[in-house]
Amino acid sequence: MEGIVGYGAYIPRYRIKVEEIAKVWGADAPSYKRGLMLEEKSVPSPDQDTITMSVEAAKNALKRCLINPKDIGAVYIGSESHPYAVKPSGTVLAEALGATPEVHTADFEFACKAGTEGMYVVLNLVKTEDIKYGLAVGADTSQGAPGDALEYSAAAGAAAFIFGRDNVIANVLESYSYMTDTPDFWRREYQYYPQHGGRFTGDPAYFKHIIGAAKGIMDKAGMKPSDFEYVTFHQPNGKFPFRVGKMLGFEKKQIETGWLVNKLGNTYSGSSPLGLTAILDVSKPRDKILIVSYGSGAGSDAFIFEVTKGIDKVRDLAPKTRELLDNNRCYLEYGEYAKFRQKIKKAA
Amino acid sequence: MRDVAVIGVGMTKWGELWEKSLRTIFVETALLALDDAGVDKIDSMYVGSMSSGLFVGQEHIASLLADYLGQVPVPSARIETACASGGLALRLGFMEVASGMSDVVLVSGIEKMTDVNGYEATYALGTAADQEYEGYHGITFPGLYALIARAHMEKYGTRREQLALVAVKNHSNGSKNPLAQFQFEITVDSVLNSVKVADPLRILDCSPITDGAAAAVLCPVEMARKMNKPIVKIIGSGHATDAISLSSRNDITWLEATYQAGKQAYAMADKKPEDIDILEVHDCFTIAEICVLEALGIVEKGKGGEAVEDEITYLDGKIPVNTSGGLKAKGHPVGATGVAQVMEIVKQLRGEADKRQIKDCRIGMAQNMGGSGGSAVVHIFERE
Repeated sequence: MEGIVGYGAYIPRYRIKVEEIAKVWGADAPSYKRGLMLEEKSVPSPDQDTITMSVEAAKNALKRCLINPKDIGAVYIGSESHPYAVKPSGTVLAEALGATPEVHTADFEFACKAGTEGMYVVLNLVKTEDIKYGLAVGADTSQGAPGDALEYSAAAGAAAFIFGRDNVIANVLESYSYMTDTPDFWRREYQYYPQHGGRFTGDPAYFKHIIGAAKGIMDKAGMKPSDFEYVTFHQPNGKFPFRVGKMLGFEKKQIETGWLVNKLGNTYSGSSPLGLTAILDVSKPRDKILIVSYGSGAGSDAFIFEVTKGIDKVRDLAPKTRELLDNNRCYLEYGEYAKFRQKIKKAA
Repeated sequence: MRDVAVIGVGMTKWGELWEKSLRTIFVETALLALDDAGVDKIDSMYVGSMSSGLFVGQEHIASLLADYLGQVPVPSARIETACASGGLALRLGFMEVASGMSDVVLVSGIEKMTDVNGYEATYALGTAADQEYEGYHGITFPGLYALIARAHMEKYGTRREQLALVAVKNHSNGSKNPLAQFQFEITVDSVLNSVKVADPLRILDCSPITDGAAAAVLCPVEMARKMNKPIVKIIGSGHATDAISLSSRNDITWLEATYQAGKQAYAMADKKPEDIDILEVHDCFTIAEICVLEALGIVEKGKGGEAVEDEITYLDGKIPVNTSGGLKAKGHPVGATGVAQVMEIVKQLRGEADKRQIKDCRIGMAQNMGGSGGSAVVHIFERE
């Protein structure tokens, strides 16, 4: 059966606290912390971008499966912060891993859903036996305009998954996609920061699509919320995943393991994929996992995984997601953060 | 002058109606009012709307909405006096029927506010303040009402908790109104711990941004009798203005336009404050309800805070105020608010207010105001 053969995560070490951002804008930090359930977020360093973080996460995935990189037939990066408007990110990653030249590469973009999009395509290429292994990465150095609500959450991180048919550590029992044309969040060409529809990003956007995808995949699989040990949803803030989970009938304990956003922020294309890596880090054989992404515009991809005995052999071969989140942190002041994120630029 | 009756009212559920356009919301609402009245032809119509231009980029809506309601070529006029637009639309409809110029007049109000983001909505609302003397200094409506609240607290000892109780009461009433935007209860604690907007006001002191409309059909009482309709008469109407800038007023805790409009309405109706059984007032912010009760003579100057604390304005109090949930819980699509107040009074006087029904009410009053009180419209209704 097809499934994940290796997975890896990457989170930059820099952090900024909600209080530090709120202080600059005269905003009420406690109400942000309470209202959005956010404490701090990751920040990429000046020499990091979606490509470098994808390489880090993909190398960790390779460490967990020990396959020959030449056997990877497809390399996809999903992101809304590809460093180049024209020039692929995936070629750099494929080259860095040693997967070139017999490899298909593409960059995906679908707001925060691009990571699971790559997973969806890779899974199906593996299923059709067109390729032996395929790599899908969700990575973002997401942008939030200074002072905007998004600035408190827009973070950086990457998650990588190698799919294959041999030595699978998590079988894919079902996959499903659900989407409509719903313009809740966008960034036009030449704009540096995205715009969003405020409260419109909630009910008709995030909740409608996640609920549609989650119900759709559970119907298709003949499963119900209590059949799953773990579930992870897209995490734009701390509150939404718990609220949508409750609406669907999941319990807090099923959600908590993959819920990273309070300390990580929203890593956009990396968000629910990183939640999945954190779950795989602690899951046991036969655990069933549901992941539902969300991308503005708008749609959700959903997968149901069943963990195999193989997990025990690979789990400790690369850094675990919670370790990346909790260890080696370095806190920035807003000025440094503004420089790192190129919100201010040195005079030429 | 002929006696005038309200023979039909209509309103759909208010809220963030993202899937509906201005004209859809209007037509659905107006048809409910026409159905309720049992008429399909009107002689003229009025539409209260504060800023359809800034909210949806559409002016000239009086004709547009008459067309989509299938009523062209009847005369149709858009009325604007900021948040009192709906109340003034009612008054003009009342005058038209009373004068004998028309028999059946549709009065309505509408605002579609969620097509723009929060900043744009705040700007649009801010145009109801004095742009040269207030707007240019950066103040917005929560800021203006915060100044009023602070002054009221200083002058009369009104307490922060009393402000919160206004929101608690109105949410409790709104939880019983199936058309309200917010149908849930809140507590004093949740108000006091909600996000600070403009000290001392917090988010739960403020009415929300809402899409919605309300409509009512007016006709001469004689005609209503022949139609065998339950009759709610408009027995008093008042309209007054004041400086729209707080800085031009002698006492910012006193709503002179509301006082003057109330005085006119009481005189026309030959009623006194103690004759009023139920009251819908313009609680755009919690402090506003307190100041309005004082200006209408329902309580003494400075005693508005105590009124809510003593629960005289609760559903089971001596004079229930904002049984609909008020602007705070029912929502505040600015141009529609004044007409929605009529809807609530008519429902109450007809005994159709279900869980929030006030027993034995016969006389109701509605007070609608623009900006920080620069315009006010007051009506008194009586069930026949």
